[in-house]
Amino acid sequence: MDYFTISSNFLYASFIIYLIATFFFGATIRDKNRPHKKSKVGSIGFVITIIGFLSQVVYFITRWIASHHAPVSNMFEFMTFFGIMIVLAFIILYSIYRINLLGLFALPIAIIIIGYASVFPNEISPLVPSLKSHWLYIHVTTVSLGNAILSVSFIAGLIYLIRQIDQSVRSKKTFWLEFIMYSILSTVAFIAISTTYSAMGYTAEFEIPEVETTIEYNMPAIAAPNDSEMLTTDKMPPWFETPGWMNGVDAGRKFNSLVWSLLGGLVLYGLLRVILRKRIAAAIQPLLRRTKPDILDEVTYRSVTIGFPVFTLGGLIFAAIWAQEAWGRFWGWDPKEVWALITWLFYAGFLHLRLSRGWHGEKSAWLAVVGFAIIMFNLVVVNLVISGLHSYA
Amino acid sequence: MKNIKCDCGHVNPEGTVLCEACGKPIESNQHIDGNEKNKLLNMRYEGSARRSKTYNRTIVDKIWMFFSSVKVGVWLIILTLIASALGTLFPQEMYIPPAVDPAEHYRDEYGIIGQIYYQLGFHNLYSSWWYMLLVASIGVSLVICSIDRVVPLYRALKKQRPKRNSVFIKRQRYFAKTQDVSKQDVEKVVSQLKKKNYKIREEQGHILAEKGRFSRWGPYVNHIGLIIILIAALLRAHPFFFVEDYVWVREGETKIIPQTDQQYYIKNNDFIFEVYDENDERYGEAIEKTGEMIPSNFQTNAEIFKVKGEPLPGQDPELVKVNEGAIQVNKPLKVNDLAIYQSSYQLNEFQSMSFKLHLRDDENEESLGEFTFNMNDPKSEYDLGNGYRVVVDEYYPEFYMDDGVPDSKSKYPKDPAFIFFVYGPDIEEYEVNFLAVGTNLNPTEDNKYKLSITGVDMRDVTGLTLKRDHTLPLFMIGAIIFMIGVVQGMYWYHRRIWIHPKDGELWIAGHTNKNWYGLKRDLEKVLEDTKVEMPQDQQELK
Repeated sequence: MDYFTISSNFLYASFIIYLIATFFFGATIRDKNRPHKKSKVGSIGFVITIIGFLSQVVYFITRWIASHHAPVSNMFEFMTFFGIMIVLAFIILYSIYRINLLGLFALPIAIIIIGYASVFPNEISPLVPSLKSHWLYIHVTTVSLGNAILSVSFIAGLIYLIRQIDQSVRSKKTFWLEFIMYSILSTVAFIAISTTYSAMGYTAEFEIPEVETTIEYNMPAIAAPNDSEMLTTDKMPPWFETPGWMNGVDAGRKFNSLVWSLLGGLVLYGLLRVILRKRIAAAIQPLLRRTKPDILDEVTYRSVTIGFPVFTLGGLIFAAIWAQEAWGRFWGWDPKEVWALITWLFYAGFLHLRLSRGWHGEKSAWLAVVGFAIIMFNLVVVNLVISGLHSYA
Repeated sequence: MKNIKCDCGHVNPEGTVLCEACGKPIESNQHIDGNEKNKLLNMRYEGSARRSKTYNRTIVDKIWMFFSSVKVGVWLIILTLIASALGTLFPQEMYIPPAVDPAEHYRDEYGIIGQIYYQLGFHNLYSSWWYMLLVASIGVSLVICSIDRVVPLYRALKKQRPKRNSVFIKRQRYFAKTQDVSKQDVEKVVSQLKKKNYKIREEQGHILAEKGRFSRWGPYVNHIGLIIILIAALLRAHPFFFVEDYVWVREGETKIIPQTDQQYYIKNNDFIFEVYDENDERYGEAIEKTGEMIPSNFQTNAEIFKVKGEPLPGQDPELVKVNEGAIQVNKPLKVNDLAIYQSSYQLNEFQSMSFKLHLRDDENEESLGEFTFNMNDPKSEYDLGNGYRVVVDEYYPEFYMDDGVPDSKSKYPKDPAFIFFVYGPDIEEYEVNFLAVGTNLNPTEDNKYKLSITGVDMRDVTGLTLKRDHTLPLFMIGAIIFMIGVVQGMYWYHRRIWIHPKDGELWIAGHTNKNWYGLKRDLEKVLEDTKVEMPQDQQELK
């Protein structure tokens, strides 16, 4: 077996291992022991998580050997690595606070992120000259660890919100909480749909006559590229065209994926609502009764205090040093740089707001959600939609 | 100054909320920290007297109040955040193609929103006066809020005494009373605290155990780091600290390096452009999927020369080689304090083109005269001998047709075209020849003679960026101080535990600036196997 195959197998293995660990953490809800005391099922879950993490470390090392450079150079590698770091961040915070529920939420998020990574092409790709530097792995690893620790703050915040928001009446809060659930389900739907169609080998081609380019779709076209003609004849014709003002690279295909995931998310969400006969958050709420809200609030805040310095170091300082070496300027207002600054400003704001009374608890939790949205925006949207020096995959 | 004397005898400055020495709330000032409505005392700044909360009469007071407010600081952060995000909606002007008119570019590419974006000046948002003003305000706020708090906080922590006022103890977040605690138990607690590296101070049986006080200075240290970074950014406006320039050097060419007072020259020996092999075992699949060439190296092999002595005006200077090496992306070359970066290139630029004149209907195209057009040294006329001469009527370095009219996109010879007038003894006036690579677009069919291209010389051009940046060390110092500050403030905690005998009971209280869970675990450990009751969290979220 070559290193590439070994590496892929270990990645699959860790994916499954995390699923198993999630079930163990789930079982802690029914645990007779008092919360926060050591629970056996929880400890088993934690050990399994560590095994999964080690398996992913093996993936990382073998892929590094196979590709001759740190595997953090394209969307597949980068998102996978972000998944590893979320698990590591969870391991760090679990060993401080021993909250089993954190595992029940953190591992699925890591699984979704790894699943999302697998949607991107996973061949080993060569490095363009600007990425050929030791700073590639120094910068990318620290910044994703920082992002991951900050993401744990979102996970704790989410648990807090599900536990605390009053579900007896419909309100703005219940709406936004359901919106978070829907966003997560849309991502799941996107992974499922694109994996299915790529397993089927689906292709449909479009031509844009004006610029003489052809675009290949790997899922059925709901939205065709703007001003295009379909070349493939035996596949589903598009329902409508992508509006003309969306004019980034491959805007049509990306918009189509977005429409698919939003619709898929709607179907999943609808199904769950029909099955549960109440809001998703309301259905989860009773399971969280035994966790103390102030410890969740503490984790939300603590992960920001741990993650913020790491993020600053990787996302701004190391980033600037590398930019100075590669491009001769340490700061150039590239969209990725600006969004790293925005992330930094946001969490700086968060830390200052915690100084005042009234911003603990629920408000902090909402802020943690917004922070995670900003991080994901920078990781996904800035890479794929906004053009700049960091657009890859 | 109206000083306030506390019952314990300590004299506090005006505006003090909690006595610096014993912590007793000073009744008339409780509104300052919002203590009157709450069971617990606000311990954020130890109830010390801050200028911003004490004086609000003069204009200076008002400005000080404004900038020292955390609320204002957070608003400044949010506004900067929103502004920064707006700037990424469309590319900034520096990232659009250099040759286009920005006004048209934004309108054509992004429609009406793009036009508004341009007209609001968002295409240069990060250098706009209002963005600078926002960042500057954050800087002012950093300075003022730090000074406002750090001085009184330092005083309060220095003056605090182990014996605290009972009200202070009772109104801490972690608090418990225990009756009939034996001396041994107290001693046990103290020795446990010492084991946990708490510093113990005692006053008449009252004990203060404290650790990690230095973490309180973290925020102020990191603010100093940020201020240094902002100062470094200001200094960049001055050319002594920051210079940026650009130079194109053709292969074989030696050019003056700009910004060196004509003291240094650079010679481009070779420009190397390499791509990955598509049959590569490792990367082949990915390259095939991309469907285009993936570059693997951009490199200029360069030599650096210094002028020897002082050359006389008009005389070619004598050059001495001082350095040579490869300039690659991620590997700049240094000349004194100037760094040279590989940043652009142009492959296969025309260096010279050779032509010959022959009879138009001569199949062998026998030469009647030849000349070479040198792109670096273009002449307006070439003598071919025997009375034939060629006049260059038009030269288009990068030729294209603009609505049927020939024109040049740039001054760089990437795709040259010429209009030549041929004069000769047997030519009545002159004959027009219109030549581009691969074609001779003769406008008339009645030419007797014809010009043909006999050869071209091409070469690569490298584009190098030059930077002199004396602010880098300052940025680095700022960044290091900032990191020290955040780590100091966030990875360490200031914990205090008070042991307070009162009317036969033993009161215990705990406070930490963050990580209450950690303090709780410390207390649990310290009070283990004693009769002393574990303090309760008086502020649990419901």
